[in-house]
Amino acid sequence: MKPPAFTYHAPESLDEALGVLAEVGEDGKVLAGGQSLVPILNMRLAAPAHLVDINRVAGLSTVDTNDTSVTVGATARHTDVELDDAAYGVQPLLRQALRLVAHPVIRNRGTTVGSLAHADPAGEMTAVLALTRGSVRITSGSGSRNVDATDFFVGPLECCLRAGEMVESATFPAFPAGTGSAFIEVARRHGDYALCGVAAAVTVLDGAVSAARAAYISVGPTPLLVDLTDAVAGGAVSGGAVSGADWAAAGRLAQSQVSPEADIHSTASYRRHLVGVLTARALAEAAAAAAPTHSLPLRRSG
Amino acid sequence: MSEQHRSVTLTVNGRTHQFDVPVRRLLSDAIRHDVGLTGTHVGCEHGVCGACTVLMDGRPVRSCLLFAVSADGAAITTVEGLAAADGTRHPVQQAFTECHALQCGFCTPGFLTTIAAALEDNSHPSEEQAEEIISGNLCRCTGYQNIKAAVLRAAELKRAAG
Amino acid sequence: MTQIFGEPITRREDARLTTGRGRFLDDLGRHALAAAFVRSPHAHARVREIDVTAALDVEGLIGIYTYDDLDGPLAEPLPLLIPHPTLTAGRTAYPLANGIVRHVGEPIAMVVGTDRYVAEDVAGLIEVTYEPLPPVVGLTASRDGDLLVHDDLPDNVAAHLMQQTGDVDAELAAAPNTVTFTQTIERSASMPLEGRGVYARWDAQDDSLRVYSSTQTSTSVRAAIAAKLELSPGKVEVIAPDVGGGFGVKIVHPWPEELLIPWAARLLDREVKWVEDRREHFISSAHERGQIQDITAGYDDEGRLLALDVRIWHDHGAYTPYGIIVPIITSTQLLGPYKPRAYRCAIDSMYTNTVIVTPYRGAGRPQGCFAMERTMDRIADALGLDRAVVRERNLIQPDEFPYDQGLTFQDGRPLIYDSGDYPESLRMIRELVGWDDFETVRSQAAAEGRTVGIGMACYVEGTGVGPYEGGHVQVENSGRVLVSTGLTSQGQGHETVFAQIVAQELGVPLDDVVVTTGDTRRFGYAVGTFASRAAVMSGNAVALAARNVRAKALRIAADALECSVDDLDIIDGVVQVKGDPSAAMALSTVAVLSNPLRYAFDNAARAATQFAPRADPLRAPVDEDDEPGLENRDYYSPIRSTFASGMHSAVVEIDRDTCETKILRYAVVHDCGNLINPMIVEGQIHGGVAQGVGGALYEVMHYDEHGQLLNASFMDFLMPYATEIPHIETAHLQTPSPLNPLGIKGAGEAGVIPGSACLASAIEDALGVRISAMPVSPSDLFELLATDPERTRRGSR
Repeated sequence: MKPPAFTYHAPESLDEALGVLAEVGEDGKVLAGGQSLVPILNMRLAAPAHLVDINRVAGLSTVDTNDTSVTVGATARHTDVELDDAAYGVQPLLRQALRLVAHPVIRNRGTTVGSLAHADPAGEMTAVLALTRGSVRITSGSGSRNVDATDFFVGPLECCLRAGEMVESATFPAFPAGTGSAFIEVARRHGDYALCGVAAAVTVLDGAVSAARAAYISVGPTPLLVDLTDAVAGGAVSGGAVSGADWAAAGRLAQSQVSPEADIHSTASYRRHLVGVLTARALAEAAAAAAPTHSLPLRRSG
Repeated sequence: MSEQHRSVTLTVNGRTHQFDVPVRRLLSDAIRHDVGLTGTHVGCEHGVCGACTVLMDGRPVRSCLLFAVSADGAAITTVEGLAAADGTRHPVQQAFTECHALQCGFCTPGFLTTIAAALEDNSHPSEEQAEEIISGNLCRCTGYQNIKAAVLRAAELKRAAG
Repeated sequence: MTQIFGEPITRREDARLTTGRGRFLDDLGRHALAAAFVRSPHAHARVREIDVTAALDVEGLIGIYTYDDLDGPLAEPLPLLIPHPTLTAGRTAYPLANGIVRHVGEPIAMVVGTDRYVAEDVAGLIEVTYEPLPPVVGLTASRDGDLLVHDDLPDNVAAHLMQQTGDVDAELAAAPNTVTFTQTIERSASMPLEGRGVYARWDAQDDSLRVYSSTQTSTSVRAAIAAKLELSPGKVEVIAPDVGGGFGVKIVHPWPEELLIPWAARLLDREVKWVEDRREHFISSAHERGQIQDITAGYDDEGRLLALDVRIWHDHGAYTPYGIIVPIITSTQLLGPYKPRAYRCAIDSMYTNTVIVTPYRGAGRPQGCFAMERTMDRIADALGLDRAVVRERNLIQPDEFPYDQGLTFQDGRPLIYDSGDYPESLRMIRELVGWDDFETVRSQAAAEGRTVGIGMACYVEGTGVGPYEGGHVQVENSGRVLVSTGLTSQGQGHETVFAQIVAQELGVPLDDVVVTTGDTRRFGYAVGTFASRAAVMSGNAVALAARNVRAKALRIAADALECSVDDLDIIDGVVQVKGDPSAAMALSTVAVLSNPLRYAFDNAARAATQFAPRADPLRAPVDEDDEPGLENRDYYSPIRSTFASGMHSAVVEIDRDTCETKILRYAVVHDCGNLINPMIVEGQIHGGVAQGVGGALYEVMHYDEHGQLLNASFMDFLMPYATEIPHIETAHLQTPSPLNPLGIKGAGEAGVIPGSACLASAIEDALGVRISAMPVSPSDLFELLATDPERTRRGSR
């Protein structure tokens, strides 16, 4: 299990990186954290002729937070995003999801943007980008474009990156005021890819649930975003507790939207079952997180 | 076909090593072969078992998932570098013996480096945190119970040492 | 004298293993050439052509070897190590495929290159043309026999073996109640963190070979290499360095690589090393466990087992190099601590186009335990009795030892249990886990909306099988005591426990004792480390050798001090006249005196001259029945195995919504006779339980219908992390073995044996749905609950 030979490039600026990527075209692969790429190379399941190591490119390792969003640079490690209190304050789902990404040592090297570009349908961060209605900034020698989550993920392990392009950053917008979020998954072992995972956001306005959405991993080729508002609208909130919302109905609605597949770890019907169970749990947890924001002027802090 | 080589400088356990490697050489192999420190073990080469964990600029990383060239200029700590300069074993090394936290010893270096780094951030781990600290390392011999105990014991020894 | 035997002394191995100074296989031979293998991607195929043209230009290529390059005994099939009269259709592979491959991963060509990267490049460029043949995958397909693994055989049955005692048919016919059921247990594997590996050095001047192998038996690897490479055994040294776990897979020998790497080293006159990578380990090193079991039991209204009729199909993989040890053990260890009037176990050992099946910790016992214990649960369920009560009524009683089960064990000896106290074990486990109060726990949990269950499983384990092990003990002039035994170590702490034994027997400080294992340069005759035999076999052997050295030391000292041997004792390395500490001499001095050639190289020798007896002109300097030196070599060879036992109980909670199983408690009562080092025994239990939990809830080899192993990585083969293993509560019972001087029994495999049976019992108890296949995943539980419309559920809940 040794990687095949390749030509190595270690650009130190974005321009240089983009120049190399333009030059090597289809034969090139960006190396960021490498936590997904290097195992694939070691198993010789891929053999790119050129690796463009962007870890030395200045300015890409930032986690920038403003009032409305968190922007994560291409080489920011999962750990850096997870531990960033400002980012948590604006978009708590980041930390909620990141604690489920593999194990701490993998998160020390793996990058959030890299896991998006890897487009693994079991990757937690794909659901986070989808649920937050986030976008990625794709850059090449000929300019940049912002692409929404919906358009970015094309299929299993496939995103819309073209030869010569790289993802420069990803932006995760904050949820609307009064929104709580949660990330729940069932994995065979702690830290494994989920059999099913749900990112949920519930918005509570004037004491009532006004919106509920969820994004799913491991139950389709790309992260699936489902609006569940119809199933739970009208659930009332009082004293920090949510009542009257039919979370199970939301679970059933979600189940009707997914077409999971079987693999060695799970039947398709068990995955569909988990969609129902985890939807209900995630929505309830998200609503509970939303409720205090509304009823009490306190904000949860990291 | 002659493959690309590069010069790499690594500071391993405080000593600087400079050598030429094929660019595809994994950091784990560079540490073991080029630097000659064989305490870092390779158990799966796909990043799951954790035996190859070393500290890169203080943070635990899988050395089998890094190319040596990517680590150029970094400070690496391996299991050989945990003990004090006078040879006194690190608290976690002592705790592993006291708690019988190893049997065959093959996975042990990865546990030791991971725990040593974690104790720098958290000098008073709870039982749950002790489990979380070692949750990414596989051991086939011990059943982990004594390793968890050793995390707590190491923290105790480290606090006592000040 | 300080007590050393029986104390929880910390391990001397740890100093090097915690500081990166261990010497594992890949830590040796830094500049050796590296080997890699072309392995079959097909489960069953003819190899039509091997074209190396594209590979020849790779810089760093040293050589490519295929079957056609092999000659002499190396070109013959690998040995069938353990023949058995019922193994009528045994088949083994060639070191490199000879025209046909029968499992994914079978080696076809060996590449030697300047490093492993290069060797893998070359291997990837070798083009093999295959003619795929239909594979036989899974026991059902193998049993159907429509397709054959070996086309020279009439079916896929390698062996049909039978063990029986009493008249099963008559007892079943007369039994007031019977139950019949089928269950399956899946394949797993030893999966040590260090794979296999071989490193060989040829000395052309001396025509000799030194081989390091990550093996559980260096002496037998040496014998195999000598035979296959046509070398005198005296010209082959084999050393097991620090071994990173074995659990059974490294007892198989010779693995093809153990022959091919030394062969290449001799051919090239270069150092050659092969270090197995993880993917290779999954597809070319052995698995174990897979069985289908049809069980019929007859029992009376009190729950006493009258007759047990078991029919088993055992998945043996593509070849039988290690004989049929695993099914033999299943059939003989199945009875556990119970005594049915009649028992019959018929096993067909079946070929499939999958990697070979050889012992993995437990070695057939977990499957036997699964059959027996689930039978006990069925009886309890049918009669509405407490599962512990049914077990209690079937136990062999303390006054019935030695108890003859009337069967023939794996060592060919009668299956006679030497000692034990099963009712006491049962009492202890009930107390430890709170069995009798569990209904309170259950109703409390139910009130909180939680679903919990409790399970139990008992086992008896034959340990310390023969034929022998040896030990050598030598007191150096420095006073240092060198101990060696031929068997190997892979994490059991032998350097510590054998030192404890010798220090205690000889009367020396522990720190003076240095132990070497698994090095043919030090000890040539040995069997190996498997079957929970190391402590029993080598432990007793070094004890016997130490006793002999002690006797000799006392004799020499008595001579020098002019007193009787009976007046002497050895305390902290000093031979003393009892009650008169002034009349004493250090053991180091005795060592000098033991050799009449006494050049005064060192202070010890100079000091000893004062004690030197006057030369007796009528006696030879070395008596006829004596030899120079304070050393002894002795062997321990038991008449039969000794039988350890234990009982496990687990409490599980099932999340009704996600069907996930969480183990809330795991309790173990364990009896391996006298404990040499309780800390180490406890560690063995912990590790075994973790593997039992793995086998019960997580680990399975997923082959598809083409014979491809779908989960050949640590990502998808779910070995438990710390987060999956419960806290393990242990209690020890010590019924010494009457069979050996130290009164000990083996402990290595115990922890793993009842895992699947115990957890199946607990999950079934929690959910009321039959568990008849292990391991059981959340997805499996979901499907069971979804398709089980109350009808087949157990009565109790």
